[in-house]
Amino acid sequence: MTAAIAKHPRLAVRASLKRNRRWALVTSYVFLILFAIFFLTPPYYMIVTSLKTDAEVAHLATNPWIIANGITFEQYRLLFQGTDFLIYFKNTIIVTLCVVAITMVVSVLAAFSLSRMRFWGSGVLATGIFLTYLIPDTLLFIPLFQIVRGLGLLNSYWSMVLVYPTLTVPFCTWIMIGYFQSIPKELDEAALIDGAGHMQMLLKIFIPVALPGIIAATIFAFTVSWAAFVYPIAFLFSADQQVLTVGTVTSLIKADVYKWGMLMAGALVAAAPPLIVYAFLMDYYIAGLTAGATKG
Amino acid sequence: MVDVARRYPLGGSDAFAAPAAATRPRESMRRFLRRRSTIALLMCFPLIAIVVGLIIYPAFYSIYLSMLNKAQTRFIGLGNFEYLLRRDTFWMVVQQSAIFALTAVFFKALIGLVTAHLVNNLPSKGQRKWRGMLLVPWVIPLALSTLGWWWLFDPTHSAFNWLIKGFGGNDIPWLSNPYWARFSVILVNVWYGAPFFLIMYLAALKSVPEQLYEAAEIDGANAWQRFVHITLPMMLNIIAITVLFSLIVTFANFDIVQIMTAGGPRNMTHVFATYAFLLGIRSGDLPLGAAVSLFMFPILAISALFILRGVRKRGREIG
Repeated sequence: MTAAIAKHPRLAVRASLKRNRRWALVTSYVFLILFAIFFLTPPYYMIVTSLKTDAEVAHLATNPWIIANGITFEQYRLLFQGTDFLIYFKNTIIVTLCVVAITMVVSVLAAFSLSRMRFWGSGVLATGIFLTYLIPDTLLFIPLFQIVRGLGLLNSYWSMVLVYPTLTVPFCTWIMIGYFQSIPKELDEAALIDGAGHMQMLLKIFIPVALPGIIAATIFAFTVSWAAFVYPIAFLFSADQQVLTVGTVTSLIKADVYKWGMLMAGALVAAAPPLIVYAFLMDYYIAGLTAGATKG
Repeated sequence: MVDVARRYPLGGSDAFAAPAAATRPRESMRRFLRRRSTIALLMCFPLIAIVVGLIIYPAFYSIYLSMLNKAQTRFIGLGNFEYLLRRDTFWMVVQQSAIFALTAVFFKALIGLVTAHLVNNLPSKGQRKWRGMLLVPWVIPLALSTLGWWWLFDPTHSAFNWLIKGFGGNDIPWLSNPYWARFSVILVNVWYGAPFFLIMYLAALKSVPEQLYEAAEIDGANAWQRFVHITLPMMLNIIAITVLFSLIVTFANFDIVQIMTAGGPRNMTHVFATYAFLLGIRSGDLPLGAAVSLFMFPILAISALFILRGVRKRGREIG
């Protein structure tokens, strides 16, 4: 008797919990769809515009949100054959590859040293690196303009290779310190006993074990150098030296007529590499980024 | 050196506790440690070179630069700062930077929090797909997606206005009216930045133990009570760090305003970064531009100080 009384209310609670959860799920989906529309409208509209003819883009009466007169790849053909777009693409690839390589070497070495080998001032240095990450490029671009000009690198994409590491190195080092610190100390003690040198320890133990961190840091360095805008717009001004972001936004706009179809095609092609990288490696990237905040 | 040796006591672990580690090996070990710290410093050298040469030195150089005249031939002390403080345009920039950063960060945090909750409510199988979809704005390079927004706001071809007209409304002057332009640049910033909050908050939500919610649910707490009494307190630290961090990034934002309005109409959408760019690079008055961007420093320093308090722990672990 008493057992039955105790049982029934609990069942009722369960049923209402279940109903609540289903209700919550439905509302979640409804609102998520609304947010997804908000987040995906610009990319969708960019794709639609890039696949239209100039005439349809200019026509005011047709629905701009759909392609009414059939899909055309004319804008992409024009982009690759009629503009300097491929030069920007090449420059961006060179700059990005160099910056990623420099960043990874510098930050992995430093993070290894800071997370395992203490020296005078290493604690201060670790905190200092994080602080420098908080200094934005918009505070540095004017003095760096003067410095780059002094080095004779103004209007050369090699100046980007010089200055982009200021955007990437502090944060990548910070991520890598976190990953290296999570490696158990017993592992390097064992390696030391076996007579491994520091370099062997780094290459054979730390890098393989912290591979997810290395991937996250590499993606970060890649996306940041690919998307950088302040430095190239301030330091580069001729088409043969320009990078994708600034080239697409400024140089593709010719005369007074905005060729919006081609501009959107350019923006999409320029945005494709980060999107592809992210589609495959999203989980590593997010793990690396959130580790910095949640581990602290 | 002594400190280093103390941190790596030879007898610290059983493996090392062998009697062999008595006299001679200890000396060679000490030499080894000495060498070790030298190697450590060498490994850090490229990092130190980049940080000192390309971040700290320019930052200080900027202070010196800001005290020169336009041709950089004469030292004029605080003349540039004085000049700026007497200009109405500059005060508008200060005001707009504050409006821009505070409004944008508030809505980014709000949308991030809401969407993180919504995604977290889903069955775990679908979460990854939704998260990927909602992160798209943050993955497209900002300059390029801003170009897309610019096209959406185009005065004659605006696709938004086409929809509004379809519902019988009037054209909205998205970028030609100063107040609508302010709204538009903030909207784009919120669109771009909200996904960052989403992933941060989602990671934080996942770290809240599920049992807490179950217990609260059995006790009859409704969704709002669970949020206020469990979620918020558990996430407070991450929310604070993310907000401060985003405040810095948003405050220093350049791409959106530069591409969509270049500071216009009537200079009303200028933020520090675009105004510094206009004066320093476009008008060629580097010292004045440096002075403008230096005004960002106090707010950045204050935010950084608070962030540092949250992140200090790791530094201490290392030190």
